[in-house]
Amino acid sequence: MPMKIGERSFESRVNKGLDDSYMRETVREAQGRLHTNKAKAEEDLGQWEEWRTLSEEIRSHTLENLDFYLEQLSENVVKNGGHVFFAQTAEEANEYVKEVAAKKEANKIIKSKSMVTEEISMNDALERAGCEVIESDLGEYILQIDDHDPPSHIVAPALHKNKEQIRETFERLKGYDKTSKPEELTQFAREQLRQEFLEADIGITGCNFAVAESGSVALVTNEGNARLATTIPKTQISVMGMERIVPTWEELDVLVSMLCRSAVGQKLTSYVTGLSGPREEGDLDGPEEFHLVIVDNGRSNILGTAFQSALHCIRCAACINVCPIYRHVGGHSYGSIYPGPIGAVLSPLLEGYEDHKDLPYASSLCAACTDACPVKIPLHELLIEHRKVIAEKEKKTSIGERYAMKGFGLAASSPGLFQMAAKTAPYMLSPFSKDGFIEKGPGPLSGWTDVRSFPAPEKERFRDWFKNRKKEDS
Amino acid sequence: MRQGTIQNKESFLNNIAEKLGRERKTSGVERPSYQKQPQWDIMADYTTDQLVDVLKEQCTAIHTDVRETNIDGLAAVIDNVMKEYGAEKASIWDDPRFVEYGLAPFVERPDVNIWGSAPDEDDIKITEQADVGITFSDYTLAESGTVVLMNGGGKGQSVSLLPTYYIALIPLSTIVPRMSQVNKKIHEEAKAGHRVPSCINFISGPSNSADIELNLVVGVHGPVRACYILIDDR
Ligand code: SF4
Repeated sequence: MPMKIGERSFESRVNKGLDDSYMRETVREAQGRLHTNKAKAEEDLGQWEEWRTLSEEIRSHTLENLDFYLEQLSENVVKNGGHVFFAQTAEEANEYVKEVAAKKEANKIIKSKSMVTEEISMNDALERAGCEVIESDLGEYILQIDDHDPPSHIVAPALHKNKEQIRETFERLKGYDKTSKPEELTQFAREQLRQEFLEADIGITGCNFAVAESGSVALVTNEGNARLATTIPKTQISVMGMERIVPTWEELDVLVSMLCRSAVGQKLTSYVTGLSGPREEGDLDGPEEFHLVIVDNGRSNILGTAFQSALHCIRCAACINVCPIYRHVGGHSYGSIYPGPIGAVLSPLLEGYEDHKDLPYASSLCAACTDACPVKIPLHELLIEHRKVIAEKEKKTSIGERYAMKGFGLAASSPGLFQMAAKTAPYMLSPFSKDGFIEKGPGPLSGWTDVRSFPAPEKERFRDWFKNRKKEDS
Repeated sequence: MRQGTIQNKESFLNNIAEKLGRERKTSGVERPSYQKQPQWDIMADYTTDQLVDVLKEQCTAIHTDVRETNIDGLAAVIDNVMKEYGAEKASIWDDPRFVEYGLAPFVERPDVNIWGSAPDEDDIKITEQADVGITFSDYTLAESGTVVLMNGGGKGQSVSLLPTYYIALIPLSTIVPRMSQVNKKIHEEAKAGHRVPSCINFISGPSNSADIELNLVVGVHGPVRACYILIDDR
């Protein structure tokens, strides 16, 4: 029965715009597919719980000794001939990167996918300094040429766009004249970007994991763009969130194994690349100059708090791929580049509750996220923790919210009810979506929908948010 | 050796220690002896033949062609694969194994560029124009169908990246169960104070992307097709 209501509601929403309905459909499909792939990868690997225990142990140990490992990392980068810049704030990081660009008289900068540079709006800073910045990850490239459309998923950033929209964008802005077949679109992007790679002065990458013992940066990709960005340009800048580090290559093995399986269900992605400083004497490719920028930007405020385990995140998106709320509302609704459960936990921590205090309520507390997390972050518990903090802080908890807290206690103590909440959430929400807002859902979700209307996805809304964010930046 | 620079380290790390509620730790941190280490159980007692079977099966999952031969048949197999791909110009590593594995005549062909032999840094340009890049595998991971390349010097990282196609020559003696075995070796090198190669690639098949509607497209920025040639060198 819920299925049917869901379908009817889906049909009735079609009129609201192809955009939106496509997004919902595609998110549903994507979640399903990614989740199935992960489940298969878990099974193939065997001993999944042991792997999770080990991964959690690695992450806690590393974060507990973060100052030690970051120092070791920085010393080893220097030994390899690279430069390290510790940036307390986004501004410091951007200033440094701009300085390097200026010193190198760089015109063209090619980037591979990096969440942290999104977080600190590095592209903006560089563009204002007169550099041309080109995103080379296929998804990011599509978003960038389409007037900087924001990403909606941390692994598949252009998930909300369909191939016809992409074809149209390519045609309008790049003179593309072929069909909307993904193969042809991809081939076109390859040709366009290959030239950019050959001309770029600087390559900028993120960092999936830095390895303290050897001063290395490990990049996990499928497309090969991160390899190009670190092979051809004369200068390489890698930007890392300060928590993205492992002690040795042995821990790297474990976490890369978990990341690839949890993110895309692959044993390893096509390319896992370990880079240790600039090229050596006698090398004929790779960067001549290497810079590592280590970014705090609010992360250290999470250390020593009840939320410390949020820093264990390896950005695999597994929690996003099982989340019934994300499934319904899509990535843009979170108003943050980090969507889904981890986004709901992280965004208020990094940017304050002011802008993100609704996010901790964007959860049915079904705990599917916690179960999916390869490093065992107790995500739903952290969301409850946030609600406590918000309630405490504002001292104006409505009865409804208190009810929601209590309701969760009840659900959590009864596994049957708990599971039902998880299963029904995606269907239960849809019939109650009115004028783009979800209102007063019944059952396990009513606690929070009673008191807050949760914004359903709407492109303009997010764009506005994104633009405002940019304005504040400048 | 050029020395790099570090900026803002002290204040940054002091702040971390303070937030963690303790003094700075500058030494004496040991990795815990992890309670669970499931990585070492995987294919622990597999023979080379069993590992080869796992590797071959994985290659179908990662859209990678496989050929099997021995040292005597190698040159002919390379020829066939190149013909099948329509590849003429090749770029290869400057690696003594090409000669050891009987490929001296191949290496001397005019349309084969050996990395580092082009005048004035033109190797990148020539390799970018090549149809196929050919390297040996330094280690090969059965589980994930991965060739591990320790780049540096004559072993340019461009060779496995810039040409349209990629051929990996895999002596069976290089096969291990998974990443754990290789990373342990790298860890031991680092621990002994040796610099690890500035670029280590773990390559599992051709480049691909699922960024458009989650459709898998094989061939994005790196090679669009890959072939592993397994060489029985036992
Ligand atoms: S919180 Fe866990 S599941 Fe979610 S992205 Fe991070 S590591 Fe993955």
